Amino acid sequence: MSIPVDLMYTREHEWVLIEDDIATFGITDFAQSELGDIVFVELPETETPVEQNEPAGTIEAVKTVADLFAPLSGEVVEVNELLADDPDTVNRDPYGDGWMVKLRFSDKTELEDLLTPEEYKEIVDESGEDEIEVDVVLDEEENE
Amino acid sequence: MPNPLLFEIAKKGRGSRHLPDLDSSESEVLASIPERYRRDGEIGLPEVAELDLARHIERLSRRNFYIEQDFYPLGSCTMKYNPKLHERIASNPLITGLHPGLPDETVQGALRLLVELEECLCGITGMNAFTLQPAAGAHGEFTAMRIIEAYYKKKGERRTKVITTDSAHGTNPASVRRIGWEPVEVRSNKRGEVDLAELAALCDGNTAAFMLTLPNTLGLFESQLPGIMEIVHGAGAQMYLDGANLNALLGLVRPGDVGFDVMHSNVHKTFSTPHGGGGPGAGPVGVREHLAPFLPRPRAVREGDHYRWDNDYPDSIGRIHAQFGNFAVLLRAYAYIRHHGADGLREVQRHAILNANYLRKRIEKAFPVPYERVGMHEFVSSAAIYREQGVRAGDVGKRLLDYGFYAPTIAFPLIVREALMIEPTETESKETLDRFADAMNAVADEIRRDPEMVKSAPHTTVVKRVNESLASRKPVLKWSDAASTNEKAK
Repeated sequence: MSIPVDLMYTREHEWVLIEDDIATFGITDFAQSELGDIVFVELPETETPVEQNEPAGTIEAVKTVADLFAPLSGEVVEVNELLADDPDTVNRDPYGDGWMVKLRFSDKTELEDLLTPEEYKEIVDESGEDEIEVDVVLDEEENE
Repeated sequence: MPNPLLFEIAKKGRGSRHLPDLDSSESEVLASIPERYRRDGEIGLPEVAELDLARHIERLSRRNFYIEQDFYPLGSCTMKYNPKLHERIASNPLITGLHPGLPDETVQGALRLLVELEECLCGITGMNAFTLQPAAGAHGEFTAMRIIEAYYKKKGERRTKVITTDSAHGTNPASVRRIGWEPVEVRSNKRGEVDLAELAALCDGNTAAFMLTLPNTLGLFESQLPGIMEIVHGAGAQMYLDGANLNALLGLVRPGDVGFDVMHSNVHKTFSTPHGGGGPGAGPVGVREHLAPFLPRPRAVREGDHYRWDNDYPDSIGRIHAQFGNFAVLLRAYAYIRHHGADGLREVQRHAILNANYLRKRIEKAFPVPYERVGMHEFVSSAAIYREQGVRAGDVGKRLLDYGFYAPTIAFPLIVREALMIEPTETESKETLDRFADAMNAVADEIRRDPEMVKSAPHTTVVKRVNESLASRKPVLKWSDAASTNEKAK
């Protein structure tokens, strides 16, 4: 299970890539593996305003449906159209072709709420608790 | 044995229904149907000989799994055995021949039955009044939300927030949304119970109710119930009991006595009426005195030794079901309650709890129980330790089919990873529980020895593992020649 070091994370198991004022986000490798086969991804329309930690979309797996939360407030500038036809891209390549939304974020101070890869790794380890040894590697090559 | 679709065995002209000739001309009949409702082409129903049809249905019935076949440990569903006597009573022609439009004087027995069932439910739960109209648990939740809405409206208040738990049945937040209110989730603490501090922070003057399942979906009794009541009632909100797990409370705790204001009961769970594949159910809603004026109407009432329908409830939310609810289902619940009596119902509860805890102890080494302590009528194990072998809860469930059992509930409640939710009910013997525990432990061994075999289970059922992802991503919802030909090509 990988947690690329060049990304930021949320408690809701999303990754965020910050480039200038654009944040690209999707769900983590851990999230896709917990959800299992993803069968449908519902994303917001472009130009939709979104609020930090509020639902911005829905991810449907065979056994469950999960909310996709906006990691930052702002306006949606692009969504990954590919996922409409091939939702399993999220399972195959969560950090690459499986990206979900690009948004122009409006409040820089919200960046402080995001987690570092090390902080996120702790959350993943914890959610495994005594039940399972979560094998998380901080893999630098994964996202290149 | 293959069982082709009726469309595949159909042959033109082999139809077994011969309808009588029309006694009026076709154009006359057509004229009575507005044009937009008329079918253009052929109706396209398969034409099948009666014997072939009978065999087709017989084959389907043998592929079904039912409680008389073997153990059905489906957590949260209370799949207890439905005694045949109650089915016999409900299928009595004196009952099935009743028409809901008959005058009260001619159906005194039926009305008495409904009144007495309401009295029984009040006695069992400590509530003051029940409506028998709701057709299922979720419908009951919706009805209760409407009642609460009407109650606040009468008081000149408007509250739009309902708190639910993170271990709640999905129907709780859905029912809240259905009336346009906002569900807010309170998290569970490390003990698998409601986090009191978080509940206190969420409860405010806009909170209409807190929906709580008791015991909760982990099969645990909320040990801080008085504290919960204080917080919720302190905010002027209603305590709602999701009665899905009432089986564990029979003769032990009366929800009305411990502070619940409103509740529903799933009679197909607790009172042994058929689950019926989504067919008719019943989810009576009980309320304390202050909510009673808002119950749906009409209500069956007793006056001396006479019974009648009473519509005189000006604050009622009105009807929520055609006629008077699902009468035949309610009748089975009534028969079950009268058949057992108070002592019998207490025994039901005791054995349900004993069975669940016995089974938990027998399998907890192989499938650990994350919130481990003596629980009530059901428990939630986890298959997460087998993620290393790539095996998930669903694979364990499928492998159990090979052992002749139905699968436990999986992937619920959401707060347990790789959840296997198991509810044996009181109707299973120790021998059956042992046989099931042996199978669970055998599956755990198989996972260690041969995980691939478990991951590709079931191997002995008529239909082998289906591709659930493909079925969800590219569902084929309608039969067509093309779909059928594709299937054969594979």
